[in-house]
Amino acid sequence: MQAATATKGAISIRNVTKIYDPEGVNVMAVDDCSLEIAPGEVCMIVGPSGCGKTTLLNAIAGFHSITSGEIYLDGEMLCGPDKPIADQGADRMVVFQNGALFPWKTLLENVAYGPIVQGIMGKKEARDKAQDILAEAGLADFSMKFPGEVSSGMSRRAEIVRALINDPKVLLLDEPYRAMDALTKSIMHESLLEVYDRTKVTIFFITHDLEEAIFLGDRVVVMTTRPAKTKKIVNVAIKRPRDYTVLSSEEFRLLVAEAKGAVHEEAIKAFEAGERELA
Amino acid sequence: MFFGIALWLVTYYLFNEGWKLPLFNKIPGPVEVITEWISRDPIFGMSLFTEAYHTNIYVSCQRILIAFSIATSVGVPLGLFMGWSKTFRDYTFPILETLRPIPILAWVPLAIIMFSGFETPIIFLATLASLFVTTLNTLLGVDSIDESYFRAAGCLGSKPRHVFWHVVLPGAMPFIFTGLQISVGVAWFSLVAAEMISGDFGLGYMIMDSYMQNKYVTMVMAMITLGFVGWLTSAMVRFAGDRMMQWRVRALALEGR
Repeated sequence: MQAATATKGAISIRNVTKIYDPEGVNVMAVDDCSLEIAPGEVCMIVGPSGCGKTTLLNAIAGFHSITSGEIYLDGEMLCGPDKPIADQGADRMVVFQNGALFPWKTLLENVAYGPIVQGIMGKKEARDKAQDILAEAGLADFSMKFPGEVSSGMSRRAEIVRALINDPKVLLLDEPYRAMDALTKSIMHESLLEVYDRTKVTIFFITHDLEEAIFLGDRVVVMTTRPAKTKKIVNVAIKRPRDYTVLSSEEFRLLVAEAKGAVHEEAIKAFEAGERELA
Repeated sequence: MFFGIALWLVTYYLFNEGWKLPLFNKIPGPVEVITEWISRDPIFGMSLFTEAYHTNIYVSCQRILIAFSIATSVGVPLGLFMGWSKTFRDYTFPILETLRPIPILAWVPLAIIMFSGFETPIIFLATLASLFVTTLNTLLGVDSIDESYFRAAGCLGSKPRHVFWHVVLPGAMPFIFTGLQISVGVAWFSLVAAEMISGDFGLGYMIMDSYMQNKYVTMVMAMITLGFVGWLTSAMVRFAGDRMMQWRVRALALEGR
């Protein structure tokens, strides 16, 4: 397999703090968090529920403002002191927790949507391209179906295809495989790895699942319970391309054990504090 | 369905001609009504074969068509914009919410004062009732759209007009069609009320007129006709909705519904 080399998609998160202010009660979701993500890195964010992982993702994507700090993408400021909320754009594609394919569009229409509204491709061209890349993802026969007619695994895969057709610098995934059974999950993992090996797109991936994090990631960032800071960073040196044999290797088990201690400690803190998830 | 209709007829027959319940003393039984209905020479002057009967149905249906079309073509865009733009909603929602609770019968005198003739006030009343329902349901439809679709649209590089056509409108569609079904119902309700008060033709007028002249058979005939026509119109709305929302029909079918 020829691996593309990544030249774009460096994310720099510098001293980001986010304070929510619902009904006058200040809730600090993220506290002075800094993180450098290299171009083409798969960065896995792990932490207890409600710790502010999604807040960070929302800030990068431009869904929410930040209170202080700066976020850069390839040297350009997305948000900072003078601009608390980033512009939304197709250079950062989000794959949502519960899936956000438009249910009223077929898979093909969903995938072709981005290039059409951005004015990059004509309708015909976009549809042809969409059909091609759906076929690459093994979805050729389902392109005319609506999201409600295909399995959750297929619709999630189509959602990633919809993101990739825009050639994004970064893929932001918010627990995309959370609700899936273990078998479907493993298929999704392999297909994501395959996509990554082909595109070398920078991936910012939020999860609760430590095995998933180590299997997919170059680095696993363990966050503290709210307010979120980086507690521990585990470097995963397992070589790519990876497949399922990795899961039974000694190296993999040691890494899981290393990360598990840190995560468990924070999970207990979060549970005892009775944290609920913030938007 | 036919079993249901048969059951209904049998019950009517038993209450009326079978057990002769006192409550139904003055009400004509099904045999009498049906005989009159299919008679070429009806005793009270109206049946399937008389022109007057057709005119009444035609006039009412035409009024409903006009009222429903106006209400839909105003109410749906109005509701979409109210749901989409916070500013627009802040200006318009209070007006909608104070006018909406006024019962349509309370508008009757006003409609008669404002408009001349029979036709305009009747259509005005039916339109008004229908408009409130459609607008509110469309608005709620926009509110019901999951935030993540707006976010996804933003990520994909949509401009506001794309969001409107590709997220707001299709996302509100299920609520819009629920609203349209209710709206066609209340249009009939207020139409008939208006026709009973001020009318020259129409099914509402037919009911009131035959009641005044003690033609109870014709009255019951008009009521049943109203039921059928009303059912037909809401079935048509349902059909149109299913045609326009194949994505939903197919997804629901897979859930076994």
